[in-house]
Amino acid sequence: MSRFRRRKLVNYVMLGLAGVCTAIVLVPLVSLLALVISRGLAGLNLEFFTQLPKPVGEPGGGMANAIVGTLTMVTMACILGLPVGILAGTYLSEFGRGPLAGTVRFMSDVLTGVPSIVVGIFVNVVVVIRTGHFSAYAGALALAIIMIPLVTRTTEEMLRMVPNSLREASLALGATRARTVGSIVYRSASAGLITGSLLAVARVAGETAPLLFTALNNRFWHHTLSEPIASLPVYIYRYAISPYKDWQQQAWTAALVLVLMVLTTSVAARIAVSLRK
Amino acid sequence: MDQEIKIEVDNLNLYYGSLQALKDVRIQVSRKAITALIGPSGCGKTTFLRTLNRLNDLIDGVQISGQVLLDGEDIYGNGMDVVRLRKRVGMVFQKPNPFPMSVYDNVAYGPRIHGTRKRSRLDEIVEKSLRDAALWDEVKDRLKGSAMGLSGGQQQRLCIARLLAVEPEVILMDEPSSALDPISTLHIEELIRELKERYTIVIVTHNMQQAARVSDSTAFFLNGQIIEYDATEVIFTRPRDQRTEDYITGRFG
Repeated sequence: MSRFRRRKLVNYVMLGLAGVCTAIVLVPLVSLLALVISRGLAGLNLEFFTQLPKPVGEPGGGMANAIVGTLTMVTMACILGLPVGILAGTYLSEFGRGPLAGTVRFMSDVLTGVPSIVVGIFVNVVVVIRTGHFSAYAGALALAIIMIPLVTRTTEEMLRMVPNSLREASLALGATRARTVGSIVYRSASAGLITGSLLAVARVAGETAPLLFTALNNRFWHHTLSEPIASLPVYIYRYAISPYKDWQQQAWTAALVLVLMVLTTSVAARIAVSLRK
Repeated sequence: MDQEIKIEVDNLNLYYGSLQALKDVRIQVSRKAITALIGPSGCGKTTFLRTLNRLNDLIDGVQISGQVLLDGEDIYGNGMDVVRLRKRVGMVFQKPNPFPMSVYDNVAYGPRIHGTRKRSRLDEIVEKSLRDAALWDEVKDRLKGSAMGLSGGQQQRLCIARLLAVEPEVILMDEPSSALDPISTLHIEELIRELKERYTIVIVTHNMQQAARVSDSTAFFLNGQIIEYDATEVIFTRPRDQRTEDYITGRFG
């Protein structure tokens, strides 16, 4: 075979392999979505969004408290975690030099690798046992601790992609370094920063294990943030392993709602980014 | 070379770690004149240029000794505020680097960071700077459009307008037309000559004709040293040093 034919053949084989692998990646994603939608759709009605869970045997009921609970805790986790993560990432990318930055980067990588259940136990010991009760803020804190290293590292990566020539242009005009980061670097990296933050939000929105030790669960509405609070992942966990048919149905529907919530947030944020440009 | 001195550099040495990039550089830059720096790649021209607004400060492991006097004041002295220095000594880079925002916001960025808030005042500054940079007629209808949509030559003139908006005293230019086509280069050169009326300009260039065309005096750099510094006419017609002659006649470099 001529050298040229062999190169063409290798080209086609590699292209084919890449195509097959892409298809393999899509199989679990598509089949997961298909399954969640087909099973979950049956229980999707207005009641699911407006009513509290009903006791076993009583038909109907919804998960309004769990939806609000998840939204509450994820929002609180964002308020705690995003600023810390973004500023830490900014420090690593823009200002961090020497051993301190190295340590922060290393610790952040270690923290990313800590199983979320361990984070739950940690917050349980530090907050729940100290305060004497499970609470929404303990849950939010656990989620924030999971978010921070993720946001830190993606922020650092995204800011590093901003060309240095833009920083120098700003500095050469007499801007301070803080001003340069705030006005030029963040703006240039905004799409990446938002994507990174959303990935972190999506990740913690589905966390179950850390919430079991911190927010616990609640069959009713929560009245303050210092009491146990319901959340979709914990409800999915409890209902899916229950022996009751209608609870299992509710779990599928809850899974569908959770997926939709994450999806809507990321679509909305992407639209917001593209409108601003 | 009997004009007033704007920048006086004496005994300047710069090290990147253990590598010496500038050796005992001495030069006097005249006010409201164009000084060209020529020399082969890697000879320290750009490094030298960046010592004049202390942009090298940001690079790890850079050590500088010697004196750089701007209007008689040592810019590496304790009393010098780097931010204020860079407002007085602005820079145009080799590759056009407009900010990813509108044409208007690019030019207004400088005045805004220095405290101009009033819309009408900003409008004035933006128009004047764009006119001075010979760009106004081309962009006046698309001030709100992204600067990234301009051509390379327009982007470079925008960068110059952005700089003029902060009213610097000295303009450093690092091969400002090396990434541009001949017509854009011509525009930039015309512009540089006009700017000379009001600004002190130091320009690094690899283009001998450009140095000969625009500059009043020329310094030839080699291996981090200034080999020869004189009126441009003298450098290009009767250089004293053999190495200068070899370089400008294209025998090396």
